Amino acid sequence: MDLDQEHDWAAVNEALIADILEAYPPKAKKNRAKHLGVAQPAPDEAETGETAGSRCDMLKSNVRSVPGVMTIRGCAYAGSKGVVWGPIKDTVHISHGPVGCGHYSWGQRRNYYTGTTGVDSFVTMQFTTDFQEKDIVFGGDKKLATTIDEITALFPLAQGVSIQSECPIGLIGDDIEAVARKKKEETGKPVIPVRCEGFRGVSQSLGHHIANDAIRDWVLEKGDAPEGGVEPGPYAVNVLGDYNIGGDAWASRMLLEEMGLEVVGNWSGDATLAEVARAPKAKLNLIHCYRSMNYICRYMEEKHGIPWMEYNFFGPSQIAASLRAIAQRFDETIQANAEKVIARYQPLVDRVVAKYRPRLEGKSVMLYVGGLRPRHVVTAYEDLGMVIAGTGYEFGHGDDYKRTGAHVQPGTLIYDDVTGYELEKFIERLRPDLVGSGIKEKYPVQKMGIPFRQMHSWDYSGPYHGYDGFAVFARDMDLAINNPVWDLFKAPWAREEPSTSNAA
Amino acid sequence: MAQPEDKVLDHAKLFQEPDYEAMLENKRAKYECGHPDEMVREIADWTKTWDYREKNLARTALTVNPAKACQPLGAVFAAAGYRGTMSFVHGSQGCVAYYRSHLSRHFKEPVSAVSSSMTEDAAVFGGLTNMVDGLANTNALYSPEMIAVSTTCMAEVIGDDLNSFIQQARGKASIPDELPVPHAHTPAFVGSHVDGYDNMQKGILEHFWEGAERTAGDGLNIVPGFDGFAVGNIRELRRMLSLMGVEATILSDVSEVYDTPSDGEFRMYAGGTTMDEVKAALDAKATLSLQEYCSRKTLEYCRAKGQTTEALHYPLGVAGTDKLLMTLAELTTKPIPESLRLERGRLVDAMADSQSWLHGKTYAIYGDPDFVYAMAQFVMETGGEPRHCLATNGSKAWGKKMQALLDGSPFGQGCQVWPGKDLWAMRSLLLTEPTDLLIGNSHGKYLERDTRVPLVRLNFPIFDRHHHHRSPLWGYQGGLNVLVKILDKIFDRMDAESDTVGVNDTSFDLTR
Repeated sequence: MDLDQEHDWAAVNEALIADILEAYPPKAKKNRAKHLGVAQPAPDEAETGETAGSRCDMLKSNVRSVPGVMTIRGCAYAGSKGVVWGPIKDTVHISHGPVGCGHYSWGQRRNYYTGTTGVDSFVTMQFTTDFQEKDIVFGGDKKLATTIDEITALFPLAQGVSIQSECPIGLIGDDIEAVARKKKEETGKPVIPVRCEGFRGVSQSLGHHIANDAIRDWVLEKGDAPEGGVEPGPYAVNVLGDYNIGGDAWASRMLLEEMGLEVVGNWSGDATLAEVARAPKAKLNLIHCYRSMNYICRYMEEKHGIPWMEYNFFGPSQIAASLRAIAQRFDETIQANAEKVIARYQPLVDRVVAKYRPRLEGKSVMLYVGGLRPRHVVTAYEDLGMVIAGTGYEFGHGDDYKRTGAHVQPGTLIYDDVTGYELEKFIERLRPDLVGSGIKEKYPVQKMGIPFRQMHSWDYSGPYHGYDGFAVFARDMDLAINNPVWDLFKAPWAREEPSTSNAA
Repeated sequence: MAQPEDKVLDHAKLFQEPDYEAMLENKRAKYECGHPDEMVREIADWTKTWDYREKNLARTALTVNPAKACQPLGAVFAAAGYRGTMSFVHGSQGCVAYYRSHLSRHFKEPVSAVSSSMTEDAAVFGGLTNMVDGLANTNALYSPEMIAVSTTCMAEVIGDDLNSFIQQARGKASIPDELPVPHAHTPAFVGSHVDGYDNMQKGILEHFWEGAERTAGDGLNIVPGFDGFAVGNIRELRRMLSLMGVEATILSDVSEVYDTPSDGEFRMYAGGTTMDEVKAALDAKATLSLQEYCSRKTLEYCRAKGQTTEALHYPLGVAGTDKLLMTLAELTTKPIPESLRLERGRLVDAMADSQSWLHGKTYAIYGDPDFVYAMAQFVMETGGEPRHCLATNGSKAWGKKMQALLDGSPFGQGCQVWPGKDLWAMRSLLLTEPTDLLIGNSHGKYLERDTRVPLVRLNFPIFDRHHHHRSPLWGYQGGLNVLVKILDKIFDRMDAESDTVGVNDTSFDLTR
């Protein structure tokens, strides 16, 4: 697409939204209109004291999806088992209910970890009670109890068990909390019931919240997780909301340790239950994915007086700003160290930008992802000279959209819980140079001849966090956009453009 | 540490750099509170023993790494094989996100399906409003020629009645009168994806056949079954049918929709069995299923309508393909052409050329029940010996049928059949009674890592290798593909085990 500054993109995008909404029946149209918009000029900086680029919080969000429209969202189980609990490596997570949920989410989030899988680590395994009809009719508590016994016998080094409820559990009246209490007593290990049935809430988001609450109630408050390790010192921090996708948390940890901080817990990529339990002893909570773990930060602040701050390790501009902001919370030694770290990596940043920026300058990007990424990766693209044409959240809340303003320019297309139809039409009409979204969106976009990167799994690449990750990020965006395959779509003898889709 | 000057390291190499290794070692030592290395080794060794195997196989409640998915996945797959059809899954929305992702990761293709997005209030009051509004929205946005409705377990537990809901939606003019909306109840807590496939097939036939008058004709219907290799297989089937001059209706053909070209256009729908074909299929003389365990209810329904039915177990290998062709010949009275006899001869020729490398090789095979049957049969044709045949979604009846197959060959004598067992059980089997090769899907890579038994990926899902599903496994041509994949695995392993110069490379032979 041509991101000519002369163009009034706000007007173009407003017209596009109006046009697209015409396809809906009246009730759905009214609903969807509240979820689509254009970033507005920021309120006067002097008034707010913020350097916001725009205002995006006029959209409605975190409400039920419209039935039948092909929402891209998942469910509470996905938010709890798939996101928050699943990466905790030394604990067995039971997908409690029928076989499917655990099967489809098995090994797909690329939460990297070290350990001996099946012996002391269990992330890439699928444990399920595999509900049958009789379990629905007569209840599944007995089966759950036996399941935990069998886990204890066959996986003796597991440090605990979490019970990740699938839809039927909450509908058939099972008492998984009672089973958990009994089995905790018998095994002497934490058994954590999580009420993350897929029908609860409107998206993954409630699953994150429920999972946070389960950590609060069944790990932090009970205090029966494994103890030990080094006693946290004055520089002890937790990293929250980094799931170590493709090794993200490791590339981040490297920087924090290099500046002299001690990462005593990483939630929850490559985490052990002990790291989770130790968290309240840290001096500061650093939160990357605000959406999925702000709840537990607020709790630790209230209960244990631990301050928390958001940071952003995507792209050199945000990394440097974050390192400095984090260092501000500590003494001059740490502050000096932060400057050293930034300086040490500057040659890498210069090399990466020198190599890739000329190849990516001015290219436009549309994003549709979840958690923190719809705003957090924006500056990383800008560090490479790229421009954001549109962005949106699968399961964002008002506070996410509020935070988005600081990152995007007025006129940018903003979409909440976008439908398959809307996303396809936006892309078709705006023709960005790159789309970053999920596996379900990847192939339709590529068929249209538009380069694509999965921005949930890093498209099987990564890490993308930290300076080492930025190099990988830049390489990947370049290889996606500048691959010669996009020029082969049209057969040389074909005279006409391909006919339009028969999909409506 | 920083990336090296001359290249960019990603996860595959970056974390093997000394700085990262030291960092992770420090994390483990100071913060993880893990078990001592010695204890981890001790337990790891114990998991390889017969003692562990006995405990592992005695499980009654816990399932670990099952080789099966749930019913609606099969229903979405079956519906995708009908022209212009959108799957509408009634229940929680996360499920649909999972089916779409799962199928996309295997086929590397767009997979479209919608949900009625039921939440807590629908759990209390039922999902009628979701159905009524949802069907209207799907119809308006995606202009389907048919909407195929299936269910998640949530809708099944609360007892939503699809037939009544769809009628009520029609009553409220949510969808045009002429739009076909077949349905199937597909509870995830009964059976597996192969049953969901069966239920949706039957639901679609019922929709078009109930109340219609059957005029028995000469036609033939073919039900391919749930199949990760459907793209290559159905095309190969059509080629064989055309060589025989047989005109058959393939009930659910996904070979186009899961293999659309890249030419600038996103095709949400492509190819597939037409509504007219489905209607006319009632008059067919016979319906032939290529996978019995994917079609038991469907075939029962066809028989009730007066059709002859036949069921095969995945037409792979020499005898598997022979049976397909002879069944086709019998049902249509068309002779098998010379060209197919020559193809057969070429497959047999290849097997003869390679027999010394295949004879006596032992195999563990897992997958859907029909696939495992076919694969074991083909392995025995090559002189191989199946040792473990496992289907998580295989019944005891399947186990008996497998046993009968194995009993019929001297190469099947040392084999054990494992209906209902999962891949953690397979791990114990391979560690206590190892085989030369493992045949399965991408989930088998964990078994290959833990047991060192080389894996050949031959069934759904294949996530970590690309495009295999575009080539057939069915027919004599497919048999050649399977043969080559197995041989490559054998030769690659032999080379890998003799590739250190001056140490173990005496058998690093140029010609094999």
